Amino acid sequence: MTAPAPAPVQTKPLLEVRGLRKLFPISRGLFRAPTDFVHAVDGIDFEIAPGESLGLVGESGCGKSTTGRMLVKLLEATEGTIQFNDGDYERDVANVSRSEIKEFRSRVQMIFQDPYESMNPRRTVFDTVSEPLAVQGVGTVPEREERVLELLGLVGLAPPENFLFRYPHELSGGQRQRIAIARALVMNPRFVVADEPTSMLDVSIRISIMELMTELGSRLGVSYLYITHDLAVARYMCDRIAVMYLGKMVEIGPTEEILANPRHPYTRALLSAVPIPDPSVKRTPVEIKGGISKAINPAPECRFIERCPFVADVCRENPHPEMFQVGERHYAACYRINEI
Amino acid sequence: MATKETIQQPDEVLEAQEAAELEELLGGHEVVAEPLWKIRFRLFRRSFTKNWALFKESKMGIVGLLIIALFGLMAIAHPILMSTVWEPAIYDPVSGYDAVVSEFTVVEDGEVTDETTQIALMDARFELNPTIDVGDVVRIPLQPAPPTLGGEDGNAHFLGTDPLGRDIFSQLLYGARAAFLLGFVAAFTTVFIATTVGSIAAYYGGKLDGFLMRTADLILLMPLLPLLIVLSAAIQINMVMLGIMIGILGGFGGDAIILKSQALSIKVKAYIDAARVAGGGDGHIIFRHIIPNVLPLSLLYMMFGVTTAIALEATLSYLGLLNIQMSWGIMINTAQNAGYLLSGTSYWWLLFPAGLAVSFLAFGFFVVGRGMDEVINPRLRAR
Amino acid sequence: MTLSLESLQTRRVDRSKPLLEVDDLTMRYKIKAGEVSAVEDVGFTIHQGEAVGLVGESGCGKTSTALALLRLLPANAEYVSGEIRLNGDDLLRLNEDEMRERRWRDIAMVFQGAMNSWNPVYRVGDQIREVLDTHYRGQLSFEEQTRHIETLFSAVGLPAAMVDRYPHEFSGGMRQRAVIAMALACSPELIIADEPTTALDVIVQDQILKELKRIQAEMGMSILYISHDIAVIAEVTDSLGVMYAGKLVEYGPTSEVFARPRHPYAYLLLRSTPSITGPRRKLAPLSGEPPDLLNPPTGCRFHPRCPFATERCVVEEPPFEEISPGHRVACWNYEDVPELDMELVR
Repeated sequence: MTAPAPAPVQTKPLLEVRGLRKLFPISRGLFRAPTDFVHAVDGIDFEIAPGESLGLVGESGCGKSTTGRMLVKLLEATEGTIQFNDGDYERDVANVSRSEIKEFRSRVQMIFQDPYESMNPRRTVFDTVSEPLAVQGVGTVPEREERVLELLGLVGLAPPENFLFRYPHELSGGQRQRIAIARALVMNPRFVVADEPTSMLDVSIRISIMELMTELGSRLGVSYLYITHDLAVARYMCDRIAVMYLGKMVEIGPTEEILANPRHPYTRALLSAVPIPDPSVKRTPVEIKGGISKAINPAPECRFIERCPFVADVCRENPHPEMFQVGERHYAACYRINEI
Repeated sequence: MATKETIQQPDEVLEAQEAAELEELLGGHEVVAEPLWKIRFRLFRRSFTKNWALFKESKMGIVGLLIIALFGLMAIAHPILMSTVWEPAIYDPVSGYDAVVSEFTVVEDGEVTDETTQIALMDARFELNPTIDVGDVVRIPLQPAPPTLGGEDGNAHFLGTDPLGRDIFSQLLYGARAAFLLGFVAAFTTVFIATTVGSIAAYYGGKLDGFLMRTADLILLMPLLPLLIVLSAAIQINMVMLGIMIGILGGFGGDAIILKSQALSIKVKAYIDAARVAGGGDGHIIFRHIIPNVLPLSLLYMMFGVTTAIALEATLSYLGLLNIQMSWGIMINTAQNAGYLLSGTSYWWLLFPAGLAVSFLAFGFFVVGRGMDEVINPRLRAR
Repeated sequence: MTLSLESLQTRRVDRSKPLLEVDDLTMRYKIKAGEVSAVEDVGFTIHQGEAVGLVGESGCGKTSTALALLRLLPANAEYVSGEIRLNGDDLLRLNEDEMRERRWRDIAMVFQGAMNSWNPVYRVGDQIREVLDTHYRGQLSFEEQTRHIETLFSAVGLPAAMVDRYPHEFSGGMRQRAVIAMALACSPELIIADEPTTALDVIVQDQILKELKRIQAEMGMSILYISHDIAVIAEVTDSLGVMYAGKLVEYGPTSEVFARPRHPYAYLLLRSTPSITGPRRKLAPLSGEPPDLLNPPTGCRFHPRCPFATERCVVEEPPFEEISPGHRVACWNYEDVPELDMELVR
């Protein structure tokens, strides 16, 4: 197995998500059918171009992790399509059959949040990184060792031989996350979902991991869906940002555009609340009331009505707004974007 | 690649050749020259040494290990002694017989205070001849005989004989074999069933889990002893059978529930998700991730299982429910059938060796289990 | 007896007077393998009404320092040297009974993860009542306690009706507010807040920090913030200390330290922090790993990872010295540390 060639140039999006929905039933009794559902993800649309990084940001309970898990099929979508096309393989992920799933798994991978829990403590680094190869029956054992060594070198663990047969408890958090990246990349996927990969690492280590992901992404032609609650990190890692609230996507657009010119009230509140590591800069928080609630059997109107400082009659009389274009590739789901 | 000549060459040269060939094949990249199994073996040895060092710190564990070793020696010693020093006719634990002769002083009828050294006039006249009188010292073969060191008087019986004239010491050593056999059959069966049931119930959840857990509840509800008593009427239960039965009942019962909860706590870990995203199917996840992480706990419970099995066998044998020839429980059973159960210290060799053996061996396994607990559960270790 | 918070609000605050003075505090943990040098020669002063921050990454000793101030360290911790003077009295010289008097009444603490440590089977109000019972046994009637708890709740922005609710009825942010209310229960002069907003969402974090700032201003309280989040420290503190491997490496007014950090670690820490405002900086990663405190490096503990290290740093530990009024640094080469570079990227 040699280093992969860069992805073929294609104009079709790598990932096209339409109407993605995930409902969790709340059981009310042993024999009664559930009538209440948590609308964890409630109809979202977005696209990711090949080689692009999209950041999915939001607070807890907004549905970003659930979305990520649906894209790698750790969860099955209740509704919607996930059209995946990496040039060689084209499929609606939501409808991949059981027999096709291994093929799918060689093309879409995931990096998990917790470097301590995402590796089996009883298995060596080699076992962990080569697991995708072993499970898919790729290569002989020496070939797999070779491939793992190659990847360990790529993620900056040098000399690779020293790390091959270590156990997780012998490694630091940063080293473990590098191994998680190696595992995600071992099958040459075109698309990786990264679920808060740096939030549990020390600040000084985060940068090296983020830089590693970016560099490998461009070198190997990998696109990321970068899930995070930390907008500063999203700014650093992503070409575009999508903001989610209570299962809905409220704004999406190029990173610098969203940071400089947020249009949705929630995005504005969110951005204004982020503390700034510079005491000379005074920020003015946008005041919103209350706290996040769970989206259980939500009303059809805009999810943000209860808390929005700009709420008006148009919001109460209409269903949850669609995305309106507010700039170049910049969309926000609010009826009042032109007024506020 | 491999030609006829290479077959004759020693291993190291072959390995070096393999490594060189691999290197050529993979285009000059460095490769780990050793075969994977060797590396895994070395890793295993390293972790074993580390765990052993941890285990050694627990004094209880070492004590337990010594006890088990002692009984293990006893178990091994028995067949060796039987085939070398001991005459089977006398020392066989089941069929041996030795007419051990002991000295008794004849006393008036009704004035026997110490049964082991005195005999009533009428009994003496009945056993030997009518001319015996009070005060005579007679020598009568009487079972059970107290311990003797043998010599010219007769054979050595370190722990005396039982009411049927069989050597107690031989029985004790033989019983150790039986105990180990039973213990391991029971423990292994328990662990095997409990681990499988627990892991499958945890992994698949839903109706399968419900069914398995309700079965486990049912079994837990059943009182073990009465159940075994009833079963013993239906089937002939020998050691292995008993082991398997204890194993099934224990394995489906409490242990399965405990191991299931351990499996559940593993199932929700991120590395299971990672394995699934890597393409792992149900089998891969259960056998490569869940079970290896449940196994240490299983082994721990296995130790406790041996304890239970040994004690249980003693009880059942004592009650006469088992179809086995000789075990520590049978020894006590024999004593009881001959009426010596409440004899206190006068016939101590009939009860104490067997009883203490059961207690000590069970204790030994339990305490090894406790020692293992600290190895398996890092939170219990002293910092 | 006056327990009301009004008594706090009329408190005269003299910002030039020191409230808590920590002098050369050294504390080590005894473990089987040896001694862990967790806090080494740490010294700083918190003035009345001042907000001070302690910043550092995991394992740097900031939480240990906080626990040391309250003498709440585990049994295997050993105070090797130093003084902790609260209004002039050395807390380390007090016996346990005397310390118990001071704890919560003079210094209170919001522990890391406290919002998740509410006992789920008791009402929140009753759990605060327990604190009042412990410190004011028999001196307050039940009604007085209730009124006081209601006052505390309103001080932290919680509705009085929630006093009789259970923890699961509170949201995360509300639970944290209740923890702060519990810390305020005995009207302390100093509150230590250990990672007060780490587990909270950004908007709730903003609300909590605002609340803390308001309480501090209204009640003339001093707050010691402990956090690994530099941005939070930048916003709420007047002075800050940067800790690394058990040592305080830089201490000074927040605006000064952020404008021009002098210690290499502080400099690199700031350069590795992404921000959503300002030009997009090129971030500088920090190589290596934090040191093992069982066997800390010789000389300056940061030298293995320091890009400005010289030979002297390997053998000699730099003293913690003042380089400008109120601004101290422990580095031989602090003058080599450049200005924070606003290099643009992409």
